[in-house]
Amino acid sequence: MGTSGSGTLVASWKPCDDRRDDQSEDMDAVIGTPAGARDTPAAAGAAASDRERPAGAAGSPSVAPRLYREPDSRVLAGVAAGLAAHLGLPVTAVRLAFVVLLGVNGLGALLYAVFWAVLPPRPGVARARRDLAKLLLFAVLAVVVLAVRAFVADLNDATAVAGWLIALIAVGAGVIWHQVGDPDPRRRGASAGEVPGAPWLGAILTETGRRAYLLRFIGGGVLIIVGTVGLAAAYTPVGGSSVTAVLNGLLFALVALLGVALVAAPLLWRMIGVLRQEREARIREQERAEFAAMIHDQVLHTLALIQRSAPTGSDAYRLARSQERTLRGWLYRKPAGTPGQRLETALERAAAEVEDAYPVTVEVVVVGSDPADNGERIEALVAAAREAMVNAARHARVDSVSVYAEVEPDQVSVFVRDRGVGFDPGAVDPGRHGVRGSIIGRMERHGGRAEIVSSPGEGTEVRLLLPLAADRKESP
Amino acid sequence: MSDPVVGADTASGTAPDAARRLRVFLVDDHAMFRAGVRTELRDHVDVVGEAGTVPEAVRQIVALRPDVVLLDVHMPEGGGRAVLEQVRQRLDPGTAVRFLALSVSDAAEDVIGLIRAGARGYVTKSISPGELADAIRRVAEGDAVFSPRLAGFVLDAFAARPHVTLADPELDQLTNREREVLRLLARGYAYKEIARELYISIKTVETHVSNVLRKLQMSNRYELSRWAADRRIV
Repeated sequence: MGTSGSGTLVASWKPCDDRRDDQSEDMDAVIGTPAGARDTPAAAGAAASDRERPAGAAGSPSVAPRLYREPDSRVLAGVAAGLAAHLGLPVTAVRLAFVVLLGVNGLGALLYAVFWAVLPPRPGVARARRDLAKLLLFAVLAVVVLAVRAFVADLNDATAVAGWLIALIAVGAGVIWHQVGDPDPRRRGASAGEVPGAPWLGAILTETGRRAYLLRFIGGGVLIIVGTVGLAAAYTPVGGSSVTAVLNGLLFALVALLGVALVAAPLLWRMIGVLRQEREARIREQERAEFAAMIHDQVLHTLALIQRSAPTGSDAYRLARSQERTLRGWLYRKPAGTPGQRLETALERAAAEVEDAYPVTVEVVVVGSDPADNGERIEALVAAAREAMVNAARHARVDSVSVYAEVEPDQVSVFVRDRGVGFDPGAVDPGRHGVRGSIIGRMERHGGRAEIVSSPGEGTEVRLLLPLAADRKESP
Repeated sequence: MSDPVVGADTASGTAPDAARRLRVFLVDDHAMFRAGVRTELRDHVDVVGEAGTVPEAVRQIVALRPDVVLLDVHMPEGGGRAVLEQVRQRLDPGTAVRFLALSVSDAAEDVIGLIRAGARGYVTKSISPGELADAIRRVAEGDAVFSPRLAGFVLDAFAARPHVTLADPELDQLTNREREVLRLLARGYAYKEIARELYISIKTVETHVSNVLRKLQMSNRYELSRWAADRRIV
C-alpha cells in the first residue's frame, strides 16, 4: 500500500502541465526519437505503443537504448516501462517484479523510488494519463503481497522499517530534484532558461513556477524529514528516553534551521530580486539590439539617401541629417560622462548644434581619449572649437567643415578646417571681437593657444592647442 | 600602375587608353541606393553591373571583372566582407579587381575588418558624387582611399603605447611621416594640400597612404583587433 500511496501523493504535487524535457538534443539523436512525432498526441501515442515492445526495436539496433522513464506509458511514473525498454523485457514482468519485491522489506518500493528519483523522463514525450484500471490491479497485488508477507514474517523487523523509510527519503528527494530539472524550454518559454548555470533559479523566478516549487519543496522536505527521523528513531537503542532524545534533537535542529532561514531570507530575497532585474535588463537589451539592427539597415540608409539627393543646406537635407544624428546617438549610445570620451562627446554636441543652426555638415574625428582631470579647460577648448565651426559655417560659404581632435599625452589639439573662401588674417580689423576674444583670447586664458591659417580662396584652418599639465598625465 | 584586366579594353576599346572609362560594379542590398549611385556616376564611369546579394555579387564580379567594386559593408549573409573573400578565392591573384568599401556607419570594427580583408579604401555613403568618382579613380590606380574618419581610426589603432611589444616593428608601427600624412587626412586635407603642406610630391603622399594601408592589412598588432572591438562607436 505504501508504494501506491506515496505515488499518488507525489502525483498530486506535480503541476499537471510539467513535462520533463531538460535533456540535451544529442540524447534525442542517440535514441532516434522521430523529431516530428513529438508534439501531436496521436503520434505520441503511436510512439508509446512502440516502446511497450522490447527495446532495440524502437531505436537503432547498434546503440543500446538509454535508460529513461516513460511518462507516456506509465502506471505510476513510467519507471517500469523505461526499465523494460532498456532491458528488453516485457513491461508486465518488470512491474510484477517490483510488486513482489515489495514483500522483501519494501525493497520494491525502495528500488522504484530510487529509479524514479534518478531517471530522467524520455525527452520530447508527453505524459499520458494514468491507466487507473492497471494501477488498481497492481495496488491490489501489492496489498496481497504485503498481507502475505505480514503473515509469514515479523513486520517490526528493523531492516524492513529501514527499507520503507529509505524509500520515503528517496521519494522526497525525487520530488525536490525533479523540480530542479523541471523547466521545459519549449513550454515555459525563455523565462526559465534565462538563468544560465542555474536553471532551477528560473523555476523560482517564474510566477507560476514559484508556487509549485514551494509546494514541492515543502512536500519533499516533509518526506525526507519523516524518513530521517524515522531512521534515527529506529536505530537508536530501545528505551523510553531515546524517543524523547530524538525529539529533542529534532527540535534543536529545527530551531537552528529557523535561525539560518531568518538570517538567509533577506539575502535570498534580494538575490532573487537582482536576478529578476538582470533578466529583465537582458531582455530589454535584446529587443534594443533587434531594433538597432533594423534601424541601422533601413532607416539610416534612407536618411543617407535623402542627404545624397537633397541639396546641402535644404530643409530636407538638414532634417535628414539631424534625424540621422539622433538615431546614431541612440544606436551607439555611449555612457554619458565617460571620462575618456568627454572631449569627443562635447565636440560632437557642438558640431550638432552648428549643423542645426547653419546649412553645413560638420564631420568630427577624434583620436585618443582625454585625460580625466582637465574638465574646465577641455570645456574652454570645445567652446573655442565651436566658435571656429560657427565662423566657418557663417563666412566660408561651404557645405562641410572638418573637425579633427587629437589627444596626446602632453597636449590636446583641435583643428577646424573648411575649404571655403578664406580671408587674409592680417587684414582683419583689430577692433573686431569675434575671433580675437572668443577663440584666441579664450585659449590663452586657459594656457593654450590658437592659430588661424587662412588666405583668400584657400579656405581656413583654426588650430587650437592645449598643453596638459604634466603631473596630471593619465597612466597609460 | 599596370593594369592586367583582360578583355575589358578590347570590348569597349574605342576610346584611347588614357581616357578609358573605368568599369565599376555596385554591391548594395538597397536598390534605391544602387539606383542613386548609378545615376550620379553616369558622367564619370561605366557602371557595368550591380547586385543586391552576396552570391549574386560574387557570381557577377567573377564574370565581369570590373576595375572597381563599390562594396556595401553591411549586407545579409556576411556583408561586403563575404563578397570580398569569396571573390578573392575565385579569381587568381593577378586579377586587378579592386574594392572600395561604402557604409552608412563608421563602426570601427566593420571598417577595419573590411580593409584587412583586402579593400583598398573606405568612404561613407554621404560622400558627394564628385568625391566618390575621385575615390574610385584613385582605387583603380592602385592607391588607397582614406576618409578622415578612417585616418582617425588608424591613428588611434596605431597609437604609440609604451608597454606594447611589437612583433614586427616594420609592420606594427607607423613612421612619423605616415603619421603626419594621416593627421592631415583626418583634418580634411586633400592629397594635393597634404603634398603642399609637407613639401612633398603627391606621388609621395600616395605612397605613404598605400604603405599605411599595407600595414593595416598585414600587421598582426594585437591592439588592432582589440581596439576595433572596444570602440564600437560611430
